[in-house]
Amino acid sequence: MKKLIGSIALSLAMVFAVGAASAAEKLKIGFIYVGPIGDHGWSYQHDQGRLAIEKAFGDKVETVYVEKVAEGPDAERAIERLARKGAGLIFTTSFGFMEPTLKVAKRFPKVKFEHATGYKQSKNVATYNARFYEGRYIIGQIAAKMSKSGTAGYIASFPIPEVVMGINSFILGAQTINPNFKLKVIWVNSWFDPGKEADAAKVLIGQGADIITQHTDSTAPLQIAADKGAMGFGQASNMIKFAPKAQLTSIVDNWAPYYVRRVRAVLDGTWTSSNTWDGLTQGTVEMAPYTNMPADVAAMAKKTQAMITSGKLHPFTGPLYKQDGSMALAAGKVMDDGTLSGMNWYVKGIDGNLPK
Amino acid sequence: MGAFEAVILTIITASTPLLLAAIGELVTERSGVLNLGVEGMMIMGAVCGFAAAYTSQSAMLGVAAGLIAGVGMSLLFAFLTQTLMTSQVATGLSLTLLGLGLSGLIGEAFTGLPGIKLAALDIPFLSDIPFIGPILFGHDILVYASLAITAGAAYVLFRTRLGLIITAVGGNHHSAHALGYNVIRVRYGCIAFGGGCSGLAGAYLSLAYTPQWIENMSSGRGWIALALVVFSTWLPGRVLIGAYLFGAVWIMGLYVQALGVAIPAQLLSSLPYLVTIVALIIISGNKTLTKVNTPACIGQPFAPER
Repeated sequence: MKKLIGSIALSLAMVFAVGAASAAEKLKIGFIYVGPIGDHGWSYQHDQGRLAIEKAFGDKVETVYVEKVAEGPDAERAIERLARKGAGLIFTTSFGFMEPTLKVAKRFPKVKFEHATGYKQSKNVATYNARFYEGRYIIGQIAAKMSKSGTAGYIASFPIPEVVMGINSFILGAQTINPNFKLKVIWVNSWFDPGKEADAAKVLIGQGADIITQHTDSTAPLQIAADKGAMGFGQASNMIKFAPKAQLTSIVDNWAPYYVRRVRAVLDGTWTSSNTWDGLTQGTVEMAPYTNMPADVAAMAKKTQAMITSGKLHPFTGPLYKQDGSMALAAGKVMDDGTLSGMNWYVKGIDGNLPK
Repeated sequence: MGAFEAVILTIITASTPLLLAAIGELVTERSGVLNLGVEGMMIMGAVCGFAAAYTSQSAMLGVAAGLIAGVGMSLLFAFLTQTLMTSQVATGLSLTLLGLGLSGLIGEAFTGLPGIKLAALDIPFLSDIPFIGPILFGHDILVYASLAITAGAAYVLFRTRLGLIITAVGGNHHSAHALGYNVIRVRYGCIAFGGGCSGLAGAYLSLAYTPQWIENMSSGRGWIALALVVFSTWLPGRVLIGAYLFGAVWIMGLYVQALGVAIPAQLLSSLPYLVTIVALIIISGNKTLTKVNTPACIGQPFAPER
C-alpha cells in the first residue's frame, strides 16, 4: 500500500514538474481593456495587437485578456489577478489604468507592465502612445479640399493635451489648403456617448459644417454625417462599413508592431522600461484607404502621409501662432515632444474658447 | 435646410425618448407604484429592439420587440412588488441593474453592427412643404406615438372612468378596494403600460436616435425621465413641457458652443439638469397643486386581506 501511494505521489510530482517546465517556457501575456472588444474602436484595435502577438510567436506565448474593466479600483483587482495567475507581461490599455498599474507593479516587481497613453513610468512599468495628431493633419487637409462651405465640425471629448493637439493639427493641415478655413468645436465631456455625439453632429451640420470629425469613440457622428449628406472621418478603426458613402478615411491605431517588438524584448531578456511615442513612421498610426474623394485629393493626402512618414514634414513646424496672435513657435523650428504633450492652447484660426 | 429648422428637428429627437419613458412612468405612479427600473426597462427595449430589427431587417419588428421587452421587464417588477410584496424602491433599483447587465449579455453579439434606421413617415405633399413640412410631418412613427400616447394618457386619466379608478387606486388603495376595485390588477396594468413606454423609448434610441446597439446607450435617460414625472407634478401636459424643455436646453447648449460663445462647455452640459432642478423647485413651491396631484399611496404595498 505504502509503495502504491509512493508511486502515485511520484508520478503526480512528475506531472507537475512537466507542467511547470512548459509553463516556464511559455510567456504568459495579459491584456486589460476598458471597453468591449466589439466596440470597433479603441479596445478592438488593442485586441488586434494581441492577436498579432499570437500570430508572431505561436507556441512561445499564451495570451489572456479581460475586457470591459472599469477605470478605478476594479482595474487594480483585474490587473492583480492577471499578475497572480503568472502573467509575465501585462498591457493595460487605457489612461485611467495608470495608478492601478503602478500600484500592482510595485507588488509584483518581476512582472513587466506596459501602460497605454500614460505619463508615469517605473522600473517595471513602460508607457506607450501613438502620434494620432499626424493623421489629423492629413484629414485636415482633406477636409479643406472637400468642404464646400469651408467649415468643418469637430466633436471633442475632454480638453486634455492629447485632444487639443489633435484639433490644432487638424486646423493647421486645413489652413495649408484654405487659410480661412473655419472649425466649429463642440465638447461633449465624454469619450463614448453615442446620443450626445449624434446630437453634436446634427447641430454642427445645422450650422453649416459639411465635414464632421471627432475625438470620441462611437460611430454615431459618422453615421449622422452620412445621413445628412455630409462627409466624415472614422476614429481609431476603419469605420467604412458604417458609412460606405461618407467616410473619407480613418485614423487607425495599429498597436501590433509595438506589441510584437515588446514581446520579443521580453523573450530576449532585453526589456527595459521606456516611454514610446510612435506614429506613422513606425506604423502605429495608419490611414484607412482614401475613399469617396477625387483622385487629386487622394494623391495629395498620400503625399502628405509619405512626407510625415519619412520625417520630412512635422505638423507642428513654425511659424505657429496662438489663438490670441502671440508667437508659439519661431519660423523653421519643430515643436519638441515635451511642449506638444502639454499643449493647452488653440492655434490661430479656431473660433471659440478652449474650456479649462 | 435652415439652421433654425435643424435645431428644432434635433430637439424633437432628443426629447422623444424622455417623453416616452416619462409618460409611462407617470401612469405607473398615478396608480400608486414607484418603479425606479425605468433605465433598466429602457435599455432592454433598446437591445431587444436592435436585435429583432437586425435579425429580421425590419425596423417595425424592432419597435414591437422593444415594446415587448419593456412590458416583460415591468411584469417581472409587478410580480415581485404586487404579488410577492417586495419593496418597490429596492426592486426597481434591481430592475435597473438587471436590465443594464442583461442587455450587455444579449447585446454582445450585436455590438458594432450597422443598424436599421426607423424610416420617417413620408406623407405626400405635406412633408414637402418648406419648413413646416419637415418639422410637423417628417418624423418617424415613434415621435408621433410619443405625442399620441401623452394625449391619450391625459384623456384617459382625466376624462374616463378608468382614469378615475387609477387615480383612486393611487390615492387611497384601501378605499378603492372597499369600493370593489381590484387594486392589484389595476396596478399590474399601469406597471405594464409604463414598461411598454420605456421599452419604446429604448427602441427609439437604438433604431432612430443612433441606429446601432452600444452597451449602456441609454446613459441615464431613464433617471431623467423619472425626475421629469416629479417635476411635472404627475400632469401629462407638464411632462410634455418638461421633456421638451430638457431637450431644448441640452441642444441649445451644443448650439451655443458651436457658435463659439464663451460659456464653459462643462456648464453648458450641466445646464439641462440645472434648469430642470430649478423648475422642480419652483413648481413644488406651490404646495396645494403638488398635494392635489401627488398619488398619496405611492410606493406603498397593498395587501387586499388587510
